[in-house]
Amino acid sequence: MLPTSIPLDYYLILSAVLFAIGVVGVVTRRNAIIIFMSIELMLNAVNLSMVAFSAFSGDIAGQMFVFFIMAVAAAEAAVGLAIVLALFRNKQTVYVDEINIMKW
Amino acid sequence: MFAVFAIGAVATAAFTITRKNPVASAMSLVAHFFMLTGLYLTLQAQFVAAVQVLVYAGAIMVLVVFVIMLLNVGKESTSLNRRGLQTTLGALMGVLLVVLISTVIIARPTGRMDLSPKALEIGTAEAIGQSLFTTYLFPFEAVSLLLLAALIGSVILAKRHIQEG
Repeated sequence: MLPTSIPLDYYLILSAVLFAIGVVGVVTRRNAIIIFMSIELMLNAVNLSMVAFSAFSGDIAGQMFVFFIMAVAAAEAAVGLAIVLALFRNKQTVYVDEINIMKW
Repeated sequence: MFAVFAIGAVATAAFTITRKNPVASAMSLVAHFFMLTGLYLTLQAQFVAAVQVLVYAGAIMVLVVFVIMLLNVGKESTSLNRRGLQTTLGALMGVLLVVLISTVIIARPTGRMDLSPKALEIGTAEAIGQSLFTTYLFPFEAVSLLLLAALIGSVILAKRHIQEG
């Protein structure tokens, strides 16, 4: 059973909305961990549009890309959280506006 | 089905970036990943949906929650100057981005109304595995190398912690 006849454009606009929410999260939050989660939101928004394109055009390439994006996101999560830990160890904070050692 | 998951996904995403408590944020992000799983299922991408639950809702979120617990960060204090301005400008930028992208999509519709007849067969584990180990063999090996590098990198970052602390 192939459900629905939701046009591809709906998926793309939904993906745009989710991406924008991720962007707003990155620019407005102070907590590095929440900024990190917002980046995951953006990655997932792009994944959604890739899977949508893949399913609507019957090409497997989009779904393959989603796998590689997920693998890179996992690597990014590991390294990013390790950096947050290292940062917390040195500065006792995870708020990005209190970490200004590279500010000139 | 699409409407339910779409509204759920937007709501949980908005929840994620507005909660002051990082644990609440993380929990709504888990809910968001499940909503996306539902959306992938409406697109007949069964294997991607399964991997989404395993990798994102499972592995990555465990890592995030673990770090939140480890650092014991409390609620985000709204201190410092210019917070209100920053939030307003940020929200404005987000709205602008949505309007911009939506305008392009509405102005030039893709005209695709239904899933491809092949959608059901390309979403299966069989089709994905076949493609992964033939056409995409080299990227697959490259990704394994990347994961190894990330593994070593995080171990080194964490190890210094033990020696110095």
